[in-house]
Amino acid sequence: MRHHIEGTTLFDGEQAQKGYALNRMCFSFNSAENRAAFLKDDDAYCAKYGLTQEQRAAVKSRNVLALIEAGGNVYYLAKLAGIFGLNVQDIGAQQTGMSVDAFKQKLVAAGS
Amino acid sequence: MARIIGGIGTTHVPSIGKAIAEKKQNDPYWKPFFSGFNAVHKWLAHEQPDVAVVFSNDHGLNFFLDKLPTFAVGAANEYRNEDEGWGIPVSKTAKGDAALSWHLIEGLVNDGFDITMCQEMLVDHAVTIPLNLLWPRGDWPAIVPVTINTVQHPLPSIARCLELGRAVGRAIMSYQEDVKVLMVGTGGLSHQLDGTRAGFINKDFDTLCMDQLSGDPEVLTRYTIPTLVELAGAQGVEFLNWMAMRGALTGTVSELHRNYHIPISNTAAATLLLENRPRAQRKAA
Repeated sequence: MRHHIEGTTLFDGEQAQKGYALNRMCFSFNSAENRAAFLKDDDAYCAKYGLTQEQRAAVKSRNVLALIEAGGNVYYLAKLAGIFGLNVQDIGAQQTGMSVDAFKQKLVAAGS
Repeated sequence: MARIIGGIGTTHVPSIGKAIAEKKQNDPYWKPFFSGFNAVHKWLAHEQPDVAVVFSNDHGLNFFLDKLPTFAVGAANEYRNEDEGWGIPVSKTAKGDAALSWHLIEGLVNDGFDITMCQEMLVDHAVTIPLNLLWPRGDWPAIVPVTINTVQHPLPSIARCLELGRAVGRAIMSYQEDVKVLMVGTGGLSHQLDGTRAGFINKDFDTLCMDQLSGDPEVLTRYTIPTLVELAGAQGVEFLNWMAMRGALTGTVSELHRNYHIPISNTAAATLLLENRPRAQRKAA
């Protein structure tokens, strides 16, 4: 029934349920005060939002593929990545196992 | 009577907000993108729209996943932007037109679109960046934001978004006030931020979409949402906002200008200007 697309996880009802606590925590990062609180004590912050073990491990590892596997939605994960100073080229490079320069080059090449 | 003067599709990548704040419009990286707006600025200066109906998707500023409407219409006299958490500067507030919003809401519900009505609505970069791109001097018209869920599946189909736009167009055309209305669809075109397919861009598909949009948008309704994800990338589904914009152009539509540049951030950046000539009014004039 589910349409399989290579290298892609559709953020559907299943993912949305699985990732709810994680995405809810990331939603809170719209506030600078909350971002500071997370940086001060990430364990306490994750606990406050009821993250699962899998989600807490994924947050600790800063591994985007693991965060998606744990139900994270990329728009919410981008708010978390921003705290670590990572932009979408950085997370693109990380997910594809490329250097950031090689990932940027791949984007440029898509236009030629 | 209200008139729909045309529609504009434009990318809304967050880093554009930073580039504007840092005045990088003429940097080699940004110039091919920003220079694509010169023709649009000229057209807007000539046409002087009073209101822009902006179709976009919220990225977790106004809406969270706890209550996520498929379609929502703003009904406020002002729309604030706030910190979105990813380091882009907070934009100035946009004016609304609550009277037109409520007319639109009445029209949509009568037409079978059971939308969510929002007397308070924050607008994120998907609204503020296009406003800054179209009116860089800050002389924005009033807006009516229409939010389409492109975040959490199931998403509305391409056909449904085209129909939503058509219903918006019909409602606007029945508005008694003498206002000139511009339709704006934001986001896209092809891009994917997540997964091992991150960085996916599809120039051929984007070109096909833009080619079909003015003359025969109906052709695009044959793509299902999963197929759209496959062809445009996971976030390329923002093209739904462009479909709704196009649907609202109910007269004779012609493409006046297009710019397409790869990449801006992880995205194929596109700008499309469509003119809408209401047939009956044209003859009378």
